[in-house]
Amino acid sequence: MAELSDGLLVVTLLSYLAAMLLHAGEYAFGDRGRIANAAASLAAPARELVGAGAPVVTEAPHAYAAPSVTGTDDAAAGAAGGTRSRAGWLGPAAVAATILGASAHVITVVTRGIAAERLPFGNMYEFVLSITALGSVIWLGTLYFQRQVRHLGLFVMLFEVLLVGVAGMVLYTPVGPLVPALDSYWFGIHIGAVITSSSLFMVAGAASIMYLVRTGYDNGKRGFLYAFGGRLANAEAVERLSFRLHAFAFPIWTFGVTAGAIWAEVAWGRYWGWDPKEVWAFISWVVYAGYLHARATPSIKRSTAAWIAVIGFLTMMMNLFGVNIFFTGLHSYGGV
Amino acid sequence: MSVTEAAVENPPMGEPPRRRTPRLVAAVWAAARNGWRQLTSMRTALMLLFLLAVAAIPGSVLPQRSVKVEDVQRFYAANPRLAPVLDRLWGFEVYASPWFAAIYLLLFTSLIGCITPRLRDHARALRTAPPDAPKRLERLPQSAVLDTAVDEAAAKAALRGWRTVRREHADGTVTLAAEKGYLKEAGNLLFHSSLLVILVGVGLGSLWGWHAGRLIVAGPEQVFCNTVQQYDDFGLGPRVGAGDLPDFCLELTDFRAEYRADGMPVSFAADVTATDSAHGDLGRHTFMVNHPLRLDGANVYLLGHGYAPVLRYTDAAGVTQETVAPFPYTDPTLTSQGVAAFPDANGSDKTKQMAFSGTYLPTKDGPPYLRSDHPEERNPALMLTAYRGDLGLDAGIPSSVYDLDQRQLDAGRLKKYGEPKLMRVGETWTLEDGSRVEFVGTRQWITVSIRHDPGEPIVLTGAVLLLVGLPLSLYGKRRRVWLRLRPDGTAAAGGLPRTEYPGFEDEFRSLVERWQR
Ligand code: HEM
Repeated sequence: MAELSDGLLVVTLLSYLAAMLLHAGEYAFGDRGRIANAAASLAAPARELVGAGAPVVTEAPHAYAAPSVTGTDDAAAGAAGGTRSRAGWLGPAAVAATILGASAHVITVVTRGIAAERLPFGNMYEFVLSITALGSVIWLGTLYFQRQVRHLGLFVMLFEVLLVGVAGMVLYTPVGPLVPALDSYWFGIHIGAVITSSSLFMVAGAASIMYLVRTGYDNGKRGFLYAFGGRLANAEAVERLSFRLHAFAFPIWTFGVTAGAIWAEVAWGRYWGWDPKEVWAFISWVVYAGYLHARATPSIKRSTAAWIAVIGFLTMMMNLFGVNIFFTGLHSYGGV
Repeated sequence: MSVTEAAVENPPMGEPPRRRTPRLVAAVWAAARNGWRQLTSMRTALMLLFLLAVAAIPGSVLPQRSVKVEDVQRFYAANPRLAPVLDRLWGFEVYASPWFAAIYLLLFTSLIGCITPRLRDHARALRTAPPDAPKRLERLPQSAVLDTAVDEAAAKAALRGWRTVRREHADGTVTLAAEKGYLKEAGNLLFHSSLLVILVGVGLGSLWGWHAGRLIVAGPEQVFCNTVQQYDDFGLGPRVGAGDLPDFCLELTDFRAEYRADGMPVSFAADVTATDSAHGDLGRHTFMVNHPLRLDGANVYLLGHGYAPVLRYTDAAGVTQETVAPFPYTDPTLTSQGVAAFPDANGSDKTKQMAFSGTYLPTKDGPPYLRSDHPEERNPALMLTAYRGDLGLDAGIPSSVYDLDQRQLDAGRLKKYGEPKLMRVGETWTLEDGSRVEFVGTRQWITVSIRHDPGEPIVLTGAVLLLVGLPLSLYGKRRRVWLRLRPDGTAAAGGLPRTEYPGFEDEFRSLVERWQR
């Protein structure tokens, strides 16, 4: 089982890498994407409306919102119209590679759990692997319901490749039992909630980054990353998706932190002791609360809120990697 | 707004000076009102949230006294110039610092200022009926003209779960106004209020709570009683006196550790008998990691464990003493190092006191005797080095019981005596002066944390309320719908989402469909 798990990790990583490259290829060689074209043709009338100052403007689709009625899936449009571009297969192939990678990933995690005879959250390797596996599943689920955000796949796969790569190459730990400190039913509750919310935050954070790239491009930025902002469509839909994922993740994160506090009371005698992990969990919580406030305040720009969300994700990463590597605390059984 | 009001109130030139005082009062009042409005604005709340996040960072970078005092001392030793400066800035007590408190108190003030009017508004909203239908329903984000006659009773039935008001107009028109989603605001207020509950709980806990640490060696003569004198370290809340501590004693009767073949721990359990002066015996208890011992008014947590070698020393005059010396461990296989001191050896001659510094290896079959092979006592070995001289115990300077006094060693007042010696359990080593030391065996020791926090139930209540309020607030959707039934049998409907709600169109359509049936 352990060997199967380790072998499938390689399949996972290679599939994600392929998916990322295919997504990137779609940006590079796609005919600016059917989506982008549709958006470009929409942009003109929308601006006219702005100029006319009609009260309906706020109801008009955003300049780069995809029309929701027409088939926005390249494959579907290609099959129907027969006008499929030569690079049109890249996007669907990227999704196929993602599905393959996610399947291998989930089996990697499950077989790891079977080999260890416990939940596969026992050390940093398993923890990162579980977050990313759930992240892929959440991403595919999102894609199933909202085909038009497929472009987001590049950013999600970038995160997946980086995190799974680091897990496999740096954090790898052979299968082992839980140390007594972790042997509690709070283990599953607390870490399960943290993993779930982390993976949601990951996909949501990727969406915020994509939104920022696009809005940056619209504001005339052409530097690294911003350069291909012009090829990103559906920024509004992606921003809305980001908010909904964050709003879904935040209560789970809150629950995870609360469960951690209850467990800390049982294990160490205090529910909160400002251990470095606790400090950074607090910081992430406060930053994400800030995001929700910013998002709910009409006078604050959506891109400002998106920046806060990205900072939130950075604090999560700091907690995951930084705290385990730089600080020692009661949570130091990460296995690094 | 208040700023401009104050400016507008400027009186015309040549106003008599006696009006200055009221003007000043008005200006101060306006400034205060303006400040309050600023403080309770969402932007300020956002800034304060950010400040709070940033202010929390140093506490994870710098060692904190409340987390581990030894780390602070180590930091002082490594950065003798920087440390006092940081200390003056509360760098080692970030979460108790005035600047950290200033941020969260401002934030909570802002919070109170924010939720109080909203509580009032929401209470009012709960009592006021949804307003009547606007004249032109087709102007609303959702509207429909119903083409079949609508039965009013059936329409009302379709609005079950909505707060519905029926209004009859002079011309015979009937309107139904319905609203739903009050729980969103209620949840939001509950959630924000629960933050205050948590703050109160934390405050109570820090005033009336206390904690202490203690190492307990197994054995009836090593009983620990819960008094300040017996703690190794402790912290009492400002409202806790030494006399408020609950009265109980614990004797460690057994400690059981289970390991895998590779030395990884599987489980730890400590057996104790508890007594108190009122009831006597409180019975035998077992507690372990993740399963604390919960006594009346105090919880006892198992933090660590190790071995305490027992040494029997017989000096040249034939006087025998025995000591149990807990050795702290230095690695996961429980290689342990410590000191067994015999200050009363060789009569009252302070220059002939004896001490043995040792490395205890629970499992070691052969040389080098540096590191244990397994944390369990499978083949214990004790490397002892004898020291003779003045131990420096009565110099009045607190010294660690786990180390020899380095100053005495440096000054040559305490000297190594003979060569180091490997000992197995039961062996006796005869020193040059004819005195003997016997390695009798070992006892287990544990370290425990003893705590009491009366704020806990309040904080937990706050956390539960928070978790109830949060989803209500985040996923609730406030919306209104109207149905106008005209006497001629025609009908029109309109809908208004009052919060972001992408699915409202679908909900409205399905409502209209049910009305038309
Ligand atoms: C201790 C500090 C605070 C924390 C941790 C906090 C946290 C949160 C969170 C997590 C939400 C999201 C839930 C939701 O969207 O309904 C929220 C919403 C909200 N908060 Fe706060 N909050 C704090 C202080 C404040 C303050 C000071 C104000 C007033 C200025 C405020 C006003 C609001 C409002 C109006 C919403 C609703 C936003 C919406 O319409 O969705 N909060 N808060």
